[in-house]
Amino acid sequence: MSNPYAKLPGWAEYGLIPLINLVVAFLVAGLVVLLVGENPLNAAYHMINGAFGRGEYIGFTLYYATTFIFTGLSVAVAFHAGLFNIGSEGQAYIGGIGVALACLWLDKTMPWFVVFPLAIIGSAFFGAMWAFLPGWLQAKRGSHVVITTIMFNFIASSLMVYLLTKVLKPLGQMAPQTRTFEAGGQLPKLDWLMSIFGLNLGNSPFNVSFLLALLAAFGVWVLIWRTKLGYEMRTMGHSPSAARYAGIGEARITVIVMMISGGLAGMMALNPIMGEQYRMQLDFVQGAGFVGIAVALMGRSHPAGIIPAAVLFGMLYQGGAEIAFEMPSISRDMIVIIQGLVILFAGALENMFRPAIGRAFAGIGRRSAVAAQTRGA
Amino acid sequence: MSDIAIELRGIDKSFGLVHANKNINLTVRKGTIHGIIGENGAGKSTLMSILYGFYQADKGDIVIDGKTVTIKDPNAAIASGIGMVHQHFMLVENFTVLENVMLGAEDSQILNTSISKARVELKRLEKEYALEVNPDALIEQLPVGLQQRVEILKALYRKADILILDEPTGVLTPPEADHLFRILGQLKDQGKTIIFITHKLREIMAITDEVSVMRRGEMVATCKTKETSVEELAELMVGRRVLLRVEKGAANPGEVKLAVENLTVRDSRGVTMVDNVSFNLRAGEIVGIAGVAGNGQSELLEAISGIRKAVGGKVLLNGQPIDVTAHVDPRDLRDRGLAHVPEDRHHVGLVLKFEEAENGILGYHHDKRYLKGVFLNTKAIQADAEEKIKKYDIRPPNPRLKTANFSGGNQQKIVLAREMERGPDVLIIGQPTRGVDVGAIEFIHKRIIEMRDQGKAVLLVSVELDEIRALSDRIIVMFAGRVVGERDPDATEGELGLLMAGVEGRKEAAE
Ligand SMILES: Nc1ncnc2c1ncn2[C@@H]1O[C@H](COP(=O)(O)OP(=O)(O)OP(=O)(O)O)[C@@H](O)[C@H]1O
Ligand SMILES: [Mg+2]
Repeated sequence: MSNPYAKLPGWAEYGLIPLINLVVAFLVAGLVVLLVGENPLNAAYHMINGAFGRGEYIGFTLYYATTFIFTGLSVAVAFHAGLFNIGSEGQAYIGGIGVALACLWLDKTMPWFVVFPLAIIGSAFFGAMWAFLPGWLQAKRGSHVVITTIMFNFIASSLMVYLLTKVLKPLGQMAPQTRTFEAGGQLPKLDWLMSIFGLNLGNSPFNVSFLLALLAAFGVWVLIWRTKLGYEMRTMGHSPSAARYAGIGEARITVIVMMISGGLAGMMALNPIMGEQYRMQLDFVQGAGFVGIAVALMGRSHPAGIIPAAVLFGMLYQGGAEIAFEMPSISRDMIVIIQGLVILFAGALENMFRPAIGRAFAGIGRRSAVAAQTRGA
Repeated sequence: MSDIAIELRGIDKSFGLVHANKNINLTVRKGTIHGIIGENGAGKSTLMSILYGFYQADKGDIVIDGKTVTIKDPNAAIASGIGMVHQHFMLVENFTVLENVMLGAEDSQILNTSISKARVELKRLEKEYALEVNPDALIEQLPVGLQQRVEILKALYRKADILILDEPTGVLTPPEADHLFRILGQLKDQGKTIIFITHKLREIMAITDEVSVMRRGEMVATCKTKETSVEELAELMVGRRVLLRVEKGAANPGEVKLAVENLTVRDSRGVTMVDNVSFNLRAGEIVGIAGVAGNGQSELLEAISGIRKAVGGKVLLNGQPIDVTAHVDPRDLRDRGLAHVPEDRHHVGLVLKFEEAENGILGYHHDKRYLKGVFLNTKAIQADAEEKIKKYDIRPPNPRLKTANFSGGNQQKIVLAREMERGPDVLIIGQPTRGVDVGAIEFIHKRIIEMRDQGKAVLLVSVELDEIRALSDRIIVMFAGRVVGERDPDATEGELGLLMAGVEGRKEAAE
């Protein structure tokens, strides 16, 4: 009896409610556009067109989506064990070291399909190690990961500045970045995939790490719902007291889950470093770790929800850039506001429309029952 | 004015495939106490939730005081004069009694005037119904009996004429239950109407005027309490004759399976809850621990099963020590033949959000038979669940259903099936039949005795003295964390009651 909300059919629960939340978020965003004196319909057109209007735009949208799938999965895995990993940002950043090392070492001698697996392992390893420390601190010392992971984001950022200005930067170069990788450090584009749909990838950096992201999403699903470890994680996430009763070691799970979460975040680095810029630059993560929190919330921590949520945020990024370009009075910050609204309605106010929708369904149910009765009589 | 308080006409409610209420008709007379009984999952709570506006009926009408009403949420129910005391209280733990009572019913934006008004009204209610409770006490500091009183006061404060109580005595000690019945009697004398759900037929006989019986979603009978008997009600509920007291042969105790020596346990606040307790548990016997709730029984079970660290003492399982004062891995204890049915099935024994089958392996998920390498063997887990569902008659028989959607008694069977089907050497059980219907009690009691007859050692903790007396071969009484006496099961209720109240115990300890 603890659930005061009527139970809704699956399609309403997972389809209708997120959709309504989204529409409301966009309506409110439209009001903001009106406030700055622009036409919201125009903005909507530029947003949609900018994200999906051409093969090249779609390529960009999916490129961003790839990044958000990794960070969304990272946050979701931790959620399932009742842990809130706010450190995906820093873990992704540190994960870049693994990618860069693999590429700098082998890009001149080996083809990409040899370097890529090593870069995957490297990025996951570095990301995992960066998450290991907060996980271990919570398991052994009781320092809450929410606090420590935020702190580790700052540490990661300082560390990378140091590495990119002092260690990984080639001599005689001004910019704080590694040298540009040769062919072995460059991931192939997915133009063949686009051409199946008759689309032209153009200049967009849509690359094979997208396929890796899909694979990771499937892997996370298997992990959470089909493995013993996933079972233990979920037990701990739902009920720590039941986990204790079942002999599930909280410390052990905390450390392992944080490392998996960090590893997934770290793999995000493959996409911008090996897939787009072919070098590691300062600040290449650009907040994707935080967007991952929104993606996980919106996708209800389920891989099948995270992928569309990541595409949605990819669209906001790509389409938003287009708006900023076409409508100068709307700055890029507008896009941040829209993203904020989506997070607000999809995450924080998730239950706002539920009671009303529940009542509507109950009403429909009753009416059709009555109708059936009168027909029967 | 008619003398009918509530009339339900043709109420129908389904949850997906589960048809929880089938065309229910019910008439409750004004100024009476109307009992509702029925097996676990019969649909009692669902029916009451419809009356209180938590759920909407698919079909049917609710008539209150001769008027057909729609109750779309609990606020509408309150407006129609209906109040409900839930089995799981809905109080704000760190608010005072007064704050809880007026919460949501403040009649002014200015809190101060509301508070003083509420205080006056609360005093009046307390006097009128003999519901004494300190209005400034924090809820978390009150025993459950008093918390329940606050729930009743809340309903009365909102001018409820009809009071629904869903299994109110499940959490109460016998004296607290007696007090509740006196209160209900008084409310009835003042003209209030009371609907009372319970699994304890004795309570039905003691306080109700009329009783309705539900079975598998249907209302199968309503009769005057005076004209029926416990046996007849039990039969109506279950659809067959029920043994209200299981038969058992003499015990045949063997070697010591579990030895507890000078065990001392403190709770999280550092209060000593188990004080230097020692006893032995042998193969082939059932030892019952009697005592009023809160006298250390829970902490004793937790320490033995490795959930709570002890501060001193020793425990030997099958002759091998358990390091109770250090970190114990419950998994290790399971491997060594100890099974534990925890008192609190909602927070400890089950993960309510899991599917039934997932809960069927909780704590045993390391077992090779449920795994394929690191993967779960979902087929085997499913098959295992189906087998237990059949054997323990868990309803609805759907291993994919979320555990929270099973009724209380069926949830209990899920835990029992998991722990008993392992064939452990030592079984420790806390409150095996809390919230469980008579048919299931019979079944559970039979299974416990069967375990004993197979040579297992069973340690039983229950606040139901009847249950302790019916099952145990020896009874240990705890009071204030100490063992105050050991008795045979044929000790009188009075004798045990005095021990439990700490009266006899003090004398004995002094001798
Ligand atoms: N929200 C829900 N979703 C799905 N099924 C439900 C839900 N609530 C109840 N049920 C099912 O409806 C049936 C009736 O449940 P209900 O809680 O009314 O039983 P009950 O008579 O109160 O049992 P108990 O004595 O064990 O408390 C059960 O089979 C239960 O599993
Ligand atoms: Mg119930």
